[in-house]
This record gives sequence, structure tokens and C-alpha cells, in this order.
Amino acid sequence: MSETFDAEAYAELMARVMGLDLRPDWKPAVVANLRTTHRMAALVLGHRLDDHVEPAFVFEA
Amino acid sequence: MSLDILNGSATAIARAVATREVSARDLATLALEKIAAVDETLNAFTDVTAARALAEADAVDAKLAAGETLPLAGVPYAVKNLFDIEGVVTRAGSKINRDNAPAAHDATLVTRMQAAGGLLLGGLNMGEYAYDFTGENIHDGNARNPHDPGRMSGGSSGGSGTAVGAGMVPISLGSDTNGSIRVPASFCGLYGLKPTFGRLTRARTYPFVASLDHLGPFARSAEDLALVFDVLQGIDPLDPAQAARPSLPTLPELERGLDGLRVAVAGGYFRTRQMPEARAAVDLVAAALGARDEVILPEAERARAAAYVITNAESSALHLERIQTRPADYDPDTRDRFLAGAMVPAVWLTAAHRFRSWFRDEMRKLFDTVDVIIAPATPFHAPETGTKMVTLDGVEMLARANIGLFTQPISFVGLPVVAVPVWLDGAKLPIGVQVIAPAWREDIALRVARHLEVTGVCKAPVAMLAG
Repeated sequence: MSETFDAEAYAELMARVMGLDLRPDWKPAVVANLRTTHRMAALVLGHRLDDHVEPAFVFEA
Repeated sequence: MSLDILNGSATAIARAVATREVSARDLATLALEKIAAVDETLNAFTDVTAARALAEADAVDAKLAAGETLPLAGVPYAVKNLFDIEGVVTRAGSKINRDNAPAAHDATLVTRMQAAGGLLLGGLNMGEYAYDFTGENIHDGNARNPHDPGRMSGGSSGGSGTAVGAGMVPISLGSDTNGSIRVPASFCGLYGLKPTFGRLTRARTYPFVASLDHLGPFARSAEDLALVFDVLQGIDPLDPAQAARPSLPTLPELERGLDGLRVAVAGGYFRTRQMPEARAAVDLVAAALGARDEVILPEAERARAAAYVITNAESSALHLERIQTRPADYDPDTRDRFLAGAMVPAVWLTAAHRFRSWFRDEMRKLFDTVDVIIAPATPFHAPETGTKMVTLDGVEMLARANIGLFTQPISFVGLPVVAVPVWLDGAKLPIGVQVIAPAWREDIALRVARHLEVTGVCKAPVAMLAG
């Protein structure tokens, strides 16, 4: 996980990728939320798991 | 007709209606009068289904006259407005969904309440699309706390907490993805049940996060929770995600008391970042249950973080088209999160789901050593409406994001929880404590809640209101 996550640049890029209208007055709060999600994801990714631990999706064929 | 019976328990109401001391129509009328008297101030209801409630009441009275037995005979209730109610638009707290056609059918759980003799009074206010812990809603106005209307009801099932706390109905149904039953139960001083993930059908309710959504009841007594939970259970072919588990009747075991249960307090993560009232409430409940040992839920902070990532990414995937085309129609507080969530890399989401499997296995091991775990429901009493920041353990942090600090790790792993209401000596506001049981053992959590109720440790009085 990168220690230098540029949330603002990432938000601008992903808004174009995902077709999102990132208005200037909305951007600070979106960027703040992205930083929080990044911090949460870093915590999760910081816990090494055995390769055989599978995701807990619910699906039954 | 006095309001006393409406202020009593659902159990007492059903008994009085069944023995014809009072009619179901009287109860429907009383509930409608109470809503008319107080809801302008409290804003719990977004839709009042008066004609339906009266018609259901007449049907109940007719069935009783014909000799039928109904476990919820004449019990008024209402549902968070993400439950489908036939003929009513399922708004899910949003402006956008108001453009949808009215629901063609009731949610399955509404059908079950009706079959048991319940009277549906309407749909209840909620945070937009359930992405909320406050009970605040920019479109419908805020659901207010019945014990202090200047404070938050808690969310996202805010109206569900307000309506029961104020005595408009003795029972409501809500949903809980990260704490949305347990938080309003804590702030409004109620008993709230979040069953095991997969226990109750979610058919015909508006989703938030498919991997984490649960439905459950609020009540002013633990006995009422068990009564309603037993009615709500059962396999539903309409819900592909429901677990294929047999129903678990909880009422017959409710009075067994502690009966040798091993109770421990959640330590570490669950003893920090909280106001003194949260710690004192846990200590009070722990002492009453003879819980002297602490247990550590492994990596609880990471569990909360994983729940956060799954919630952000999956909810945004659900809303992608709307957040692309109608972003200005969202509540600003949810729009920011849905926009950010639409940018989450897939590897973050998958990592969170893999962590969930690991955490589930660890929690199973922990429950080899204990039967019940006690933890705070919220880090503090209901904050004043509009509160943005709080200071916990000397650290200033966002209030709304951290209200669910202690509920998120538990719903993440799907364990059944009863939030029980505590009134500390001299306190003007209640606060909740989570009674957490092993998966599929709602009976244990309900037994403990009932023990705390009959011993007077927990109570859920109707709020004192003008009108």
C-alpha cells in the first residue's frame, strides 16, 4: 500500500474513468472520504492472510 | 380510552386484545391519535397508513371473534421506509426513489407481522439509503430523539427508534448494516435485536450493502423482542441470500435466566475511545451478569475497517447509475461517500472480504471459551443534532463516522446482538450496551436481555412528552 496516496489526483482520474460529476464544491469532501477509505483499506491489507483464506461472498449455485 | 395500554408492552396489548378487554380497533385509534399528537414535533413517520391500520384492526377483531389465536393481536407497529408497503412508494430515505411506483406487495416481514395480528401504522423516517448513524435526513427532516428533541435519534433507523421511544407504537422494524438498529436503540433507550446475518428474510426491502444488511425489531421490552422475532422467522423463497436454517423459537427459553452462561466483557478496542457513560453502562451490565473477565476480539479495529471498505464499495456499486446521473439529488452527506466509494479499487474490497472469513474463524474460536460478550453500543449518549466533531480519549474526531465504532465489528461478522437500554443514576439520557451471542443463538442474547430487564438493570420507559 502506497504511503503517498494522492487522493485528489486519484479522485480526478477516477471521476473520469467512472463517469462521475466531481464538482469543485463537492471535491474536498469526496477526497476526504477517499483518504478515510484508503486508511481503512491499509489497515485491512496490513494483515497478512494465508493464500487459502477465501472471500466471504454469499453465493450458492 | 386511556393511552396506558399503548404505553405498555406488545405482549400486554396482544393479551388484552385476545381476551377482548380492548379491541384491535381501539389500539389502532389510540396509535393514530398519539402519532397525530406528537409526530409533528418528533418526525418519526414519513407515511401514516391510517386506513390500512383500521382495516387490519377490524380484520383482527373479526378473526378473534371467530376463535382464531394471533400472537400479535392488535399490536400497532411501523417499519423503516425501506420496507415495501403495498401501495406506498419505498423511499429508502431518498428523494430519488420517490419517483418510483408504489410497492406492489408488502415486504415478507410485513406480511408475517400482518398474519400474526399486527397493525401497520406506516413507514418511518431514516437516513438516506441507510448510509447514516445520526437519524438526520435533508429531504424529510430529522427524526428527533424522544427523550430530548434537540438531539439525534441515531440512525439509520432513526424513525424506528423515535416512534417506539415516544410510545407511538410498541414495536418497529428496522435494518442494521453497521449498527443502524443498535445505534438508535442506544440513543432512544430501547431494546433492539440484530439477528444473525442471514436469519431473517430481506425480501422486498430496499438494499444498502448486500453482504452486511440485516433486518430486525425494536421494542420497549426484551420479551417483546422475542415475541416478534419468533413471528418474523421462517424460510422465504423470495430471498436468495437467506440462510437455510431452521427457526429458533426463543420465547419458550426466555425465562431461563443466566443458567450457567459464561459472560465476558469485550476488552481492548471496546474499552477505549468512549465517554464515561459508555464505560459505566458496560460496567453496570457486567456486574449484574457476574462478568469479571475480559476477552479480546482479535483485530477488532481491522474488522471495523474492513466493514467500512465493504460498505463504501458495495453501496456505491448499487448506486452507480444514480450517482452518475443525479448526484445533486442526493443528501450531501451520502453523496460524498457514494462518489468516493465508486472509486474504490477491487483489491481493497476483496481483501476486506477475505479478512471477514479470517475474523469469522477467530470469533468462532473465541466463543469456545464464552457464551456471551458485553460491549458498548455507542461511545456516548445521543449528541445534539448537527454535532460534527467529538473528542474521545483526547483525540478530536468526526462524530457521525465514529458513532458506529463498536457496532461495526460485530455486524461485520454477523453475530446476533441485543442492544439493551441503561439509565445511569441521574442521567437524563439512556445509553445502550450490546449483548453479543454466538452465531445462530439469538435465544441466548434474548435470555440475557430478559434477565437484565426483570432484575431492573435495564429499562425502556416511554419518553415524557408534551401532548
